[in-house]
Order: sequence, then structure tokens, then C-alpha cells
Amino acid sequence: MALLEVDRVSKRFGGVQAVRGVSFRVEEGTVKGLIGPNGAGKTTLFDLVSGFRAPDEGTIRFRDRRVDGRPPHEAAALGMSRTFQNLKVFPHMTALENVMVGRHVRSTGGFVSGMLHTPRSRREERAIAQAALEAMEFVGIAGLAGIPAGSLSYGQQRGVELARALASEPALLLLDEPAAGLNMRETADLAGLIGRIRERGVTVLVVEHDMSLVMSVSDEVAVLCFGEKIADAAPRAVQENADVVRVYLGE
Amino acid sequence: MRTSRAAQVAAFGAVVVAAQLAASGAGKAFFLTQLTMSAYYTLAVLGLSLLMGYAGQISLGQAGFFAIGGYTSALLTTLDLSSRRGHPAVAALVRLHLATPRPDLFGGQVLGLSPWLACLAAVVLGAAVAVALGVPVLRLRGHYLAMATLAFGTIVSSIAVGTQALGAADGISGVPPFELVPGLRVGGGSADRVPNYYLAWGLVALAMLLLLNLIHSRTGRALAAIHGAEDAARAMGVDAGALKLRTFVLAAVTATVSGVLLTHYNGGIGPSEAGVMKSVRYVAIVAVGGMGSLWGTLTASAVLNFLSLRGYFGAYDDAVFGGILVAVMLFFPDGILAADLRALLSRVAPRRAPGEET
Repeated sequence: MALLEVDRVSKRFGGVQAVRGVSFRVEEGTVKGLIGPNGAGKTTLFDLVSGFRAPDEGTIRFRDRRVDGRPPHEAAALGMSRTFQNLKVFPHMTALENVMVGRHVRSTGGFVSGMLHTPRSRREERAIAQAALEAMEFVGIAGLAGIPAGSLSYGQQRGVELARALASEPALLLLDEPAAGLNMRETADLAGLIGRIRERGVTVLVVEHDMSLVMSVSDEVAVLCFGEKIADAAPRAVQENADVVRVYLGE
Repeated sequence: MRTSRAAQVAAFGAVVVAAQLAASGAGKAFFLTQLTMSAYYTLAVLGLSLLMGYAGQISLGQAGFFAIGGYTSALLTTLDLSSRRGHPAVAALVRLHLATPRPDLFGGQVLGLSPWLACLAAVVLGAAVAVALGVPVLRLRGHYLAMATLAFGTIVSSIAVGTQALGAADGISGVPPFELVPGLRVGGGSADRVPNYYLAWGLVALAMLLLLNLIHSRTGRALAAIHGAEDAARAMGVDAGALKLRTFVLAAVTATVSGVLLTHYNGGIGPSEAGVMKSVRYVAIVAVGGMGSLWGTLTASAVLNFLSLRGYFGAYDDAVFGGILVAVMLFFPDGILAADLRALLSRVAPRRAPGEET
């Protein structure tokens, strides 16, 4: 049983068919790449999987449960965590507080226990901070803990987003163009990091423009073009696929 | 730099005591009356501060909830049940001490409902209205949310002015004091002035402590996250809709409770409390204090409400608050009291290198 099963999903915006009958699977413990030219429907597909949009047709199963059309916080509670192509850190909170929000699904304190500052809520608060710091150390940004996220560099904000997503201890990590805006060295670091995330047993689905990154980190790569899937195989096979070559390099 | 919340609240308590001693010592004990009223308005404003500054939602209906509290309590506690003593429900209330006889203004006896019961009814009603209003309108953002809550405030205000049972333009008077514990009652008698002052500001201190705890908790972080980047908050598992609704209800309930208490303190309530300009005033105070600064809001509320109640703004009362709101939005969108003094100072003094702590 695959961790994530996308079955013939379609999404239309007005006259534009953004995603057309796309199916793919992400096996547990693997890294799956999702590539395609601009406008291929990658981000739309990502939004469908993570609950930010509902598909017009088709089903999405995560851990054998239907998640299509369910709101994002439910997907998160089931163990799905994502980053955003256009960075979405909480600018007025410190890097550590940003990552602490990632522990939301792993903690339970509500309005009343928060207001009363009960011993249980204090213990939970310490545990949240501890786990958040560990996630930051894993990503290599523990030194930024006290700095407001809004004043961090682009690459550092990417790190905060990643640590925030990892702090929730997801079963499936969705990375939306994680290398966008990174230089070559940072991209190489990112590839190493994705490898270590995989070693931790986290399944990864990564949408990316940077071909070298996707080909080096992925176990399987699916290729989208104009909303349709045109290939889905191991990286080497995809690179040799005639359709893919045509799409990327022209006739 | 981060003093503990309890220490902050204790320092605030010292200021409250100092203000009382100064007022009484200077022979101006009557100031305490306006300061007490300021405290109750401050309760309503603190709830709004949480909603606006932390959850990032605006409400121009806060006075509506204040009025729901005040009018519900006024209506229920001024009902005279003595003619229905025989009714089993009334008899049961009397047995439970939820309806007690008290002398009226003219020396007769009336049988009135307990303020506790009235307060409970007010809170239930306020919370129910907040849920009913919040579910549809919290889907809106920015200007649309402002307009929807403004419309709600206008409706409450029209009902207050237009309903005979609520005293129409005169409002409801003759509201009895609210005895919280024997010997301590929310009421306007001059003998009760000092205890009432401490009671009111004590409640503000308590609310402050609870709210400060809240914003530093998991829930507070989730609220700030919604404010900062709602999509990212939702992707992290924050149920933004439910959290906004709960905050809206919490803000509404603080306004309802403050309406109840101030009505008992004043001995009545009039339709001006339900007016839309009151809601604008609350928003203006939060804006002056700084979005996301509970202490700033508290300070702004204590000072501005006191000045207003003492009549310093004269006939321009509403205009002053309207003007303040415009000025703050134009020149200090983060609030005057929250203005970053360090940033201002750094323009004068040379900037320290980052990481070099003092």
C-alpha cells in the first residue's frame, strides 16, 4: 500500500485545465520528484494533495484515507507537512517560534489551559521548544533561534520553513520548489538534507525546477506537462524518455 | 529583558495602588469613580486587543456585545417578580436565593432576580450571538469583516433605541448593585468607591494575566501564526476558522461581562453604550496602544477613557476618538505606545552591531 495515492485527479480554473486525470503513487520511505515546465500544474497538484484546493474529479488517499477536499489542517493532523514556493514564514515571530508552530499537531493545549498556564501546559511548552530546537539543529539553523523570521535571508527562511515542517514529525513531507532562490552551494546542502530526511524514514514529495537536484535525490520522478502526466519512472529512465526530452529541450 | 508575567502584573498592581493613594490623598477621591469605569471599559478593550492584535481580525461590533451584557443584566435585575410570587418557577427561584426581595427607590419592596443569574444569562446570550455572528462573518477579511461587524453594532444600537422594554432613548435605570461576595458589591455608592476601584482594576489585572498567558501558549502562537501567514498556519495543522471563532467569542464575552459590571456599577445603561461610536472608540484605543500590545492597550484605555469620562474632550468626545484613529492609522500604524523606542533612539545614537547584547 502506497503512502500517498493520487487517482485520476482533475482541476479546472475557468477555461484552463490545470490538472487532467493525473494519477501517481508515493511509496513509503521514498523520495518522489515531480517536475515539469512552467504551468504544467505542479503547484496545483500540490495544493490538491495538501488540501488547499479540492479536485473537481478523482481521489487522493493518504495513509489509506480519503483526503481530497478536506481542509489543510486535517491533512496536517494525519501527518502531511508542506513548505511553500513563495516562502511563508511568520515574519513577526522568531525563528524558534516559527518552528514551534510546527509542533501544533503534536500538542494539545487549548484556550483554557493556555490562559491558566497549568503545570501540564508548561511541561508541554518546554517539550515543544525542545522538539523545535532539535528540528532546527537537524536543518542546521539552531543559531537563528532568537531572530525574527522576517529579518532572515531568503535561504535562512527556507531553512525555517523546512525545520517548521519537520518539527511536526510528518509521515509525508511536501517540498514546493525548495531550491528556488538558492545558490549552487545551498542547493547542494539541500540535496544532502533531503537525503538525511529520507534516512529518518520520512517520505518526501518534491516539486522542483532544478533538474540536477531532482535527479540526484529522487527514487522516482513523475513529469507533468500541460496538466497531464507524461512519464513516471526512475530518474535515469525519465531522462531518457523521448517525450520528456521533447518537452524540456524542444523537437 | 523578559520579566515574568506575574512580575509585570505585580508592577501594574503597584501603579493601581499608587493612583488610588494619590487620588485619595489629593482630596480627589471622586476621580476613583471615573477610574473604576475606565477599568470596565478596559476589560472590553483588552478582549478586542486580543482579537485585533493577535488574531488579526477587526470588529466594529464590540459595543454591541457590551450592550448585550449591560441590557440583559439591567432588564433581568430590574424585573419585579413580587406579583408572581405564587408561580412555582418564581417560588423555586426564591428558594434557591436566585430571586431576592430588596427595597425599591420609593420604599416599597420588589422581588428581583439575582445579578449572578442575570450575568450568567448575559454571558450565554453574548456568546451565542457571537457564535451566530462569527460563523458567517469570520469568513470575511479586512474591510468586509469591518463592515459586517459594523452592521451588527448598528442593529444592536437600533434595537436598544427602538425597544420600549429596554427604555428606548432613556435606557434602563434603577439597576441594583451586584453582590459578588458578602460585603463586596459592584455598585456606585460613595462608601463603596475604594473597594469598587480595587475590584475593577483587580479584574483587569486578572484578565491581563490570563491573556498574557494565552498569547505565550500554543494557542497564542497559533493565533499569531494565522495573523502572520494564514496558509502556512493551516498547513501546520492550525484550524484557523475554529481558532478565529473562539477568539471572537472570547472577545465578545469580555465585552459582555464588562457591560454587565459597568451597568451594575452605574446603576443603569443607556443606548449610547450600544452606539457605533463606542465601537470605533474601542478600536481607536487598541490602535493607539499598538496592535499586539496588551500593555499598550491597557495604558491607552486607562488614560483615554479617564480623560473622556472626566469630560476633557467636551462636545468633541467622539470626534477626538475618530481623529485619534485616523491619525494613528496614518502616522503610527503599529501604535503610538508600541512605537519602537529603540528604533527611534538608534537614529540619534550610533547603532550597535547585531549580536552585541547589553
